[in-house]
Amino acid sequence: MSNHDKIYSTKFQDRIERSTVLMFVVVAIVLVFGGIVEIVPLFYLDRTMTHLSPDVKGKVDSKEISPIVWQRQPGQSLDDWKPGDGVRPYKPLELAGRDVYIREGCYLCHSQMIRPFRDEKDRYGHYSVSSESMYDHPFQWGSKRTGPDLARVGGKYSEEWHRRHLKYPREVVPESVMPNYFFLEDQKLDAAKVKKTMEVMNAMPFYPARYTEADIASAAEVNGKSELDALVAYLQSLGNHIKFTEGVNYRD
Amino acid sequence: MDAAQATPVKYDMDVVRWFSIAAVIYLVVGTLIGVWIAAELAWPSLNFIPEIAFGRLRPLHTNAVIFAFGGCTLMATGHYIVQRTGATRLWSNNLAWFTFWGWNLIIVLAVVTLPLGITQGKEYAELAWPIDILIAVVWLAFGLNYIMTIAIRKTSHIYVSNWFFMGMIVMITYLHVVNSLAIPVSLTKSYSIFSGVQDAMIQWWWGHNAVGFYLTAGFLGIMYYFVPKQANRPVFSYRLSVLHFWGLMFGYVWLGAHHLQYTALPDWTGSLGAAVSLAMIIPSWGGAINGMMTLSGAWDRLRTDYILRFLVVALAFYAMSTFEGPVMSIKTVNALSHYTDWTIGHVHSGALGWVAMVSIGAIYHLVKKLWNTEMYSDNLVNVHFWLTTIGTVVYIVAMWVSGIMQGLMWRDYDEYGALSYTFVESVLAMHPYYAMRAIGGMIFNLGAWIMLYNVVMTVRRASAARGTHAVPAQA
Repeated sequence: MSNHDKIYSTKFQDRIERSTVLMFVVVAIVLVFGGIVEIVPLFYLDRTMTHLSPDVKGKVDSKEISPIVWQRQPGQSLDDWKPGDGVRPYKPLELAGRDVYIREGCYLCHSQMIRPFRDEKDRYGHYSVSSESMYDHPFQWGSKRTGPDLARVGGKYSEEWHRRHLKYPREVVPESVMPNYFFLEDQKLDAAKVKKTMEVMNAMPFYPARYTEADIASAAEVNGKSELDALVAYLQSLGNHIKFTEGVNYRD
Repeated sequence: MDAAQATPVKYDMDVVRWFSIAAVIYLVVGTLIGVWIAAELAWPSLNFIPEIAFGRLRPLHTNAVIFAFGGCTLMATGHYIVQRTGATRLWSNNLAWFTFWGWNLIIVLAVVTLPLGITQGKEYAELAWPIDILIAVVWLAFGLNYIMTIAIRKTSHIYVSNWFFMGMIVMITYLHVVNSLAIPVSLTKSYSIFSGVQDAMIQWWWGHNAVGFYLTAGFLGIMYYFVPKQANRPVFSYRLSVLHFWGLMFGYVWLGAHHLQYTALPDWTGSLGAAVSLAMIIPSWGGAINGMMTLSGAWDRLRTDYILRFLVVALAFYAMSTFEGPVMSIKTVNALSHYTDWTIGHVHSGALGWVAMVSIGAIYHLVKKLWNTEMYSDNLVNVHFWLTTIGTVVYIVAMWVSGIMQGLMWRDYDEYGALSYTFVESVLAMHPYYAMRAIGGMIFNLGAWIMLYNVVMTVRRASAARGTHAVPAQA
């Protein structure tokens, strides 16, 4: 077995195996293809985003269907937005709630991505579209449903229900295996942190939030509110941004 | 190897010893946290305080088993293999020690930050941005030392294990850097520069290749050294190793998209990911067959060699889970399996059955070589083997049943065209399987404690016999 010179598959393979540099370079090149082919087009193909997809865009332009992304008019505040006006950036309190959602690892048991199946439509609502998570840094689609999907939980339950459920889930849903989050009620929000977060969302290279100075100043309103208030506000904001029209194909 | 025997080489093995002991400790700790969070899902009252609630401990479990246990195993075996196959010392022993302390510092930081809820919210990449930078620095130190040690080898050809390690080093660097791009708000909080669909694709490009390169390529590198060594047989087919190496390097990168079937990711991306996933059965099984067939003519040794048992059963699990994975990536199967415990079961058949088993086999082999001794108790190795195997099987069977049941309950309709089950009914139905999973994990974890005891006793006995203290103090 010691006679290496007689055992090789191809001459090129043999050269690679004799040279550290050549092996490093060939490996480094072979490894980039999959990522480039699958990721890079997602940044420039219009059909990736619902609101840029030609068919959907045409229907929105001809007022056949409701807008996908909120077209904010000058002078409008975030509070002027109504459900169905299209996807908008998070309000300060919702943004703070989203931080709590991420911190507590909610995404490890709850998805936010409804698939286009009959049972998911009946259980959760219209299938999710890509533009709905365009302001989500990072995305919160999740990979596991130990608990139900939350993509369209907004407005489904009352605020009071959410508060009770988050604090002691088994008080309202005896079968639940969710941890108790009663402590969120005692933890107060920090407006300065929310402001900074909004500025970072504006600085994003992809899908910046474009908060106005007035929006950022309005972060002061979170002062005195609790993390529980924020989390409830976040959950109540999920899924009602777009008014979907029956029979229209929103995913290409 | 002939050259190595002609001129004895003095190797740098202290760092390998420390990494090996650390790996055994992290196996115990990482799987113990796993047992705990498994129990939390079965008995939710165990979520006593926020710091140990499921949502915070689950990232600690994944980080502990993947990066602490898996990482220390890779670095122990890597630093060993690269020296032995190149018949040379490390390029830099100091850099190897830097890697050891740096990597363990990262693990300590993870243990502190994750229970506090300091996270970036991306699966398997939760650690805060300053720790991410530290990971990059330590990883590059490890990679540089590894590749430079290959460069100064005394042998003509680079051994196959080192191809796999090199692939892992390069790919993990790509993945970690791109997936971790974020804008910080404070020292502990940052936000990914990507959002929504692009972030999802990048995250699963990272997520699946952490599996494909860290937990597969790296551990195939381990397999290619330790299986032939333990079986005392040459690798079955050199040509097969060439084919499946390049197949794996090129193909694995594409698979991440299959985690996003039927989501808002464009259909072409998911389908492409699934198509390549199916094709990956060939290179994956190439590796499994190559490892298995290495034993041809030595199968009788399984009766007496308990370490070899770990390595062979690992290959069997590897073959099984690399068949299961492509099946789950097929859209119709994925429609059922996605979001369910089936995925968790699949991950653990790979993680417990393949990664942990091949690691355990390699570490037992290493302990005997590094301390130049026999194991304190071969019987305990056998007990460990059976606990590991039974624990793994109990775990994955529980998850198969619960996962498929969940999927079927969610999509079931009654004769009036209404959904048959509410969501909580599916949660309630999971309870016995969650309890069974926790018990499976407990059995596996018990085996890890036995390994720790056996390794500590082996090292102590060997040191006492030699009357030296050149052994890790923590042992």
